[in-house]
Amino acid sequence: MSTTTLEKSSSAPRPVLKHTLSFEQPLAKLEQQILELEAMQAQKQIDYTSELRQLRSNYTALLKKTYENLSPWETVQVARHPQRPQFRDYVELMCREFRELHGDRRFADDKAIVCGLARLGVHKIMLIGHHKGRDTKEKIACNFGCAHPEGYRKALRCMKLAEKFGLPVVTLVDTAGAYPGLGSEERGVAEAIAVNMMEMSRLRTPIVSVITGEGGSGGAIGIAVADRVAMMEYAWYSVISPEGCSGILWKGSDNAADAAAALKLTSKDLKQKGIIDQIVPEPLGGAHRDPHTAAHHLEQYLSKTLKDLKRCKIDNLLERRYEKFREQGVYASKTSRMTKVG
Amino acid sequence: MMSDQQITGGSAKNDGIPAGLWMRCPECGDMLFKKVVEENLHVCPSCQHHFRIGARLRVKQLLDEGTFEELFADIEPIDPLGFVDKKSYADRLKAEQLKSGEKDALVCGKGFVKGRPLAIGVMDPNFMMGSMGSVVGEKLTRTIELAAEEKLPLLIVSCSGGARMQESTLSLMQMAKTSAALGRLDEAGCLFISLLADPTTGGVTASFAMLGDFILAEPKALIGFAGPRTIWNTIKQELPEGFQRAEFLQEKGFVDFIVPRKDLRLEIARLIDYCVK
Repeated sequence: MSTTTLEKSSSAPRPVLKHTLSFEQPLAKLEQQILELEAMQAQKQIDYTSELRQLRSNYTALLKKTYENLSPWETVQVARHPQRPQFRDYVELMCREFRELHGDRRFADDKAIVCGLARLGVHKIMLIGHHKGRDTKEKIACNFGCAHPEGYRKALRCMKLAEKFGLPVVTLVDTAGAYPGLGSEERGVAEAIAVNMMEMSRLRTPIVSVITGEGGSGGAIGIAVADRVAMMEYAWYSVISPEGCSGILWKGSDNAADAAAALKLTSKDLKQKGIIDQIVPEPLGGAHRDPHTAAHHLEQYLSKTLKDLKRCKIDNLLERRYEKFREQGVYASKTSRMTKVG
Repeated sequence: MMSDQQITGGSAKNDGIPAGLWMRCPECGDMLFKKVVEENLHVCPSCQHHFRIGARLRVKQLLDEGTFEELFADIEPIDPLGFVDKKSYADRLKAEQLKSGEKDALVCGKGFVKGRPLAIGVMDPNFMMGSMGSVVGEKLTRTIELAAEEKLPLLIVSCSGGARMQESTLSLMQMAKTSAALGRLDEAGCLFISLLADPTTGGVTASFAMLGDFILAEPKALIGFAGPRTIWNTIKQELPEGFQRAEFLQEKGFVDFIVPRKDLRLEIARLIDYCVK
């Protein structure tokens, strides 16, 4: 696992971001100026304190303005930032202990979904999530976070263990989607996702899911049927990727930005539509600027939510979990079960 | 996810049934007398190609004559997200309703097969490629809940390009909703027969379609998660012969058995007799 992104940083510029998103260019320019001035100050023993203070304050203001006005497409890019914290980073930053469990006992160990026993604050949990990989070697091993059926079956096997031993389940979702390949189809990725959703809907232990980065379609919801579903502030969650949607509806990949807007895939949109329960705030400028703070916010949310859920009787929890998904959908109807209009 | 099927269509005009007395089989190329094809349950008499059929025709073919009681027909789609691509979803809905005569892509209710009562939901490929949005999800879930409550066997006929993009995450939620309802049906001890017709892909395959106690498929039906083109774009390799066809899925262990259209009623009745007291 890479630790380069885990260095403590603040909103004051540090040359930690090796990757600059296109809309972050003005920020990078300012950052460069600050670094140059700092170097000059050190080199020539001239006092630039007030200039630097001004520049830093400009930087923070611009960072704030940029991130307050992210377009949906820019949000998707933040969610995919190469230095955005991933599952194993969160494990390291949040958990006192993590005992990884391998394999679906059917076919293989899919490294795109990681499962294990973990201690999070006072809670003993089963922690499950997608991991994309940081360097090239790890990315290939993890198949870039695109799981095969064995990943979903491993996740279910571990959830059943959690149910048996009374451990709550926490899932962290970060995938562009389930892998669309030959082996994936041959071994029934659709069946694996379907079975997971059905079993999660009746798993007799509390479940919390957080979309931490990308929430790509069936590959995401295959581990995200839960009592509480939250999203990190700059995560996205949709039935299809903006590129995929653009390809089908606009007949080309050039309209990904339009598709991202049309799909209403940001945490704000989904909270407003009642599809997710909560938004976990990210540090100023996104989780990739400050993984420690991002992990801290995530841990706070999980700890509190687990505490709340553990108080509920399991039968009540299951009834509410069923209703939570049962109520999803917007349609017009004269007869009601749950009539919703607008 | 919506599959490539949406691109290649399957709308009324290119499903191989043009107006007029004669039609050409897209599989073997034979010129066929339309009436003969209709009498043969819309199966080519020369090569046994199974034509895609609309939901009402399917219901008529499957159920005992005059026994269909349609339910939840008042549920209609609206455009919850104000979705606009090259065309607005609201306009698309109107056009599809006009074209298909249906309000959305699912017809459901109760009826009898060879005298055996059941609940039934049938997807309609003529309405936005049978895609699942809020209406399909809600009608299916109500049908599943009805089956559980009245202890009826349930038959769902899938024929769909997947989850409907124009309702985005709401469509995704229908996958979880229908799967959760089927979990309850399972606990109620009810029989669920899932019949996969051409095509069954995307979020429909990855939810209720793959959760049958018995999974049946029509011959050569395309069944898969990702569309063939998406897979090709990913792996850049020739796909094996018959990949994602019903026979391939049976070979790989995901379909119980393949049923020619003419035998469907018999096979469904047989399963009911084994499983329903």
